[in-house]
Amino acid sequence: MFEQLLTVWSDSVAISAAIWLVLLVTVLYLGRQQAHQLFTTLGRAVYSAMRLAAFSVRGLENRLITRNRDVLIAQGRAQAEKTIEREFNRVSTLVERDLGAYPKLHRKIADAIEKIEADYQASTQAAPLPPAWSEVVETIAALPTNGDPAMNKVLNNIKDAIEESHQQTLKAYQKATLERHRHLSTMQPQWRTLQSSMDNVKKTLDGLEERTRTIDGQMQRYESIRKGEDASVNALTSSSITQFLIAGLVLVIATLGGLINFQLIALPMSEMVGATSTIGAMRTSDIAALVIILVEIAMGLFLLESLRITHLFPVIHSMDDRLRRRMIIITLTILTILATIEASLAYMRDLLALDRSALQQSLSGVAVVEAQFRWIPSIGQMVMGFILPFALAFVAIPLESFIHSLRTVMGMVMVGLLRTLRVALRLIGSLGRYACQIVINLYDLVIMVPLGVERLIKARRAEHRPEDDWDDEPALIESKRIRNQSTADV
Amino acid sequence: MRLLNTLHSLTKRGRLAAASLAVTVLLAGCGEPPVQSRAVYMLMDISGTYTQQLDKAEKIMNYLLATLNTGDSLALARIDSASFNEEDIIVQATFDPRPSAANEQKRAFQKQMHDFIASVNGGSAYTDVTGGVIQAVDYLNETEAGEKYLLVFSDLAEELPEGHIRDFPIDVAGIQVVALNVTKLNQDNIDPRDYQHRLDAWQERVQDGGGEWQVLNDLERMDRVIAMN
Repeated sequence: MFEQLLTVWSDSVAISAAIWLVLLVTVLYLGRQQAHQLFTTLGRAVYSAMRLAAFSVRGLENRLITRNRDVLIAQGRAQAEKTIEREFNRVSTLVERDLGAYPKLHRKIADAIEKIEADYQASTQAAPLPPAWSEVVETIAALPTNGDPAMNKVLNNIKDAIEESHQQTLKAYQKATLERHRHLSTMQPQWRTLQSSMDNVKKTLDGLEERTRTIDGQMQRYESIRKGEDASVNALTSSSITQFLIAGLVLVIATLGGLINFQLIALPMSEMVGATSTIGAMRTSDIAALVIILVEIAMGLFLLESLRITHLFPVIHSMDDRLRRRMIIITLTILTILATIEASLAYMRDLLALDRSALQQSLSGVAVVEAQFRWIPSIGQMVMGFILPFALAFVAIPLESFIHSLRTVMGMVMVGLLRTLRVALRLIGSLGRYACQIVINLYDLVIMVPLGVERLIKARRAEHRPEDDWDDEPALIESKRIRNQSTADV
Repeated sequence: MRLLNTLHSLTKRGRLAAASLAVTVLLAGCGEPPVQSRAVYMLMDISGTYTQQLDKAEKIMNYLLATLNTGDSLALARIDSASFNEEDIIVQATFDPRPSAANEQKRAFQKQMHDFIASVNGGSAYTDVTGGVIQAVDYLNETEAGEKYLLVFSDLAEELPEGHIRDFPIDVAGIQVVALNVTKLNQDNIDPRDYQHRLDAWQERVQDGGGEWQVLNDLERMDRVIAMN
């Protein structure tokens, strides 16, 4: 068909092709203006349509950004409120625990001070110092006796009386001094008690001060979040991504734990429900093992929810304390029962493996060997079977973090996708517009020969025509306009 | 955006359910492919000098006992002068769904098989391979197993008593027929083409009957026939 068309003008392909080319160029030259308009309009249409679409996507993106920001701020605010509330609770506990006993402490301090004061007062009552009896004795001793026995006797009596009086006074003084020392020594424990009480007060006040500083920081953060400051939003975003990654990692670890758990109980489950029946493409025993694991996870979720560690179920969270305590007991009991079942299944698995191993040895003609220390893996599997359900129960914590942070991360991913789409749309619009320009230029390239001829003719006619006789002025103006527009578009 | 709105509009409980479902799918995805039960029928030639090869047959059966799982079926039958007979089935078992019970069945199977092989004295006068194959096909089809194997432990040289008719097509559709330990006869040494002709004739017969044909003389490669699970 193509060859027939090619040789329709002449048997020579070259001549025929040349004629076709001439015809094509002529047709293209004649339809140049219309073709230019078509391509220009097409380029503009593509550009405008893509720009409009990009604008719409931009609107959507902005709405999503605002929504993400609102969600982030709301989450951050709730979190900050919770933190502040917790700090206030701590302060309240501190005040109740330490400062609640403050009146008692105050009384104790006052008593101690009173006792110290009383002891001090008691210790200040000094006994009179013994007078200068010695001088009197010496003076009396130095008196001339003159050999008068009566005089001597009197003087001796006076001397003895004075000495006796001196001795008594001295004893009284020593006793008073001892009493003062005793008072001073009883003051010592009071001082120590006072010191200890004051230290306690200082410690409590320091703790309070520290808590106050923490609350101040949290309040500032809360205020910043409430105002929707960029720094806070950025910090919350970063925190959310970190939380998402960490929670995701923990969930992966939990999934691996779940798999190990599954392997531990799948085989013995076949002993209970049979290994041949299937539901869909899966063995019933495998499904039963999965169900046990999922029930354990569910019980873990309810338990942590009842303990108010997680907040995934508002119904449980809003239960009254009595009901909540019952739920804790029930879920913990079920979890323990399931863990016990798993431990027994793990033991059964070990027995089955042992039986299978003995059969294999028997079939291969090897004497069945009783493995030593076989109890170690048996106990290990049982312990694993018992512990893994409780470990899986804690999956609720990372799950909650994951779900909360997923909202933010998904929002960010969507914003990223919308942004990419917007850029792609703008790119396609610009590419379409420039592609049409390129097509117009290629079009002119194909018909450059007649265009050149036209230019020459026009130039020659312009040379021979008087300046005031420009009949073709509108056509020239139109031609110039199209050319200028083409140049501007390029 | 709609997806995001949907995600946002999910309740916490809904998100939790979705997460549980994902965990289930993940765990399920890590499990084994859909289970198909298997049925294996082994025909054991006890004619003439082939009785000397029976210890190999016992090893193969031991391998099968170790390989097959709960719910699988296994049967051992002899090829004698007229093999199209239930009495030629020495021992058969469909293993219990419980692994412990299946292990007990395997022990009992092994004992019966061992006792039979020990009791084989001399051989049958004729070799009715076709009759054994027809009997095996009946058994295998009755098991309705997903994978059906017929192991023929024989030199495939058929010798029929007078009046026995066996030259008709056999229907072995959906059955993998594996010739094991096809030993060379004395006349094969004179003209080796006889051996090949014998194998080719059986291959054509099995394939015409809709089955798959395989020859395995290296018994160490049994895992190529039935993969160990």
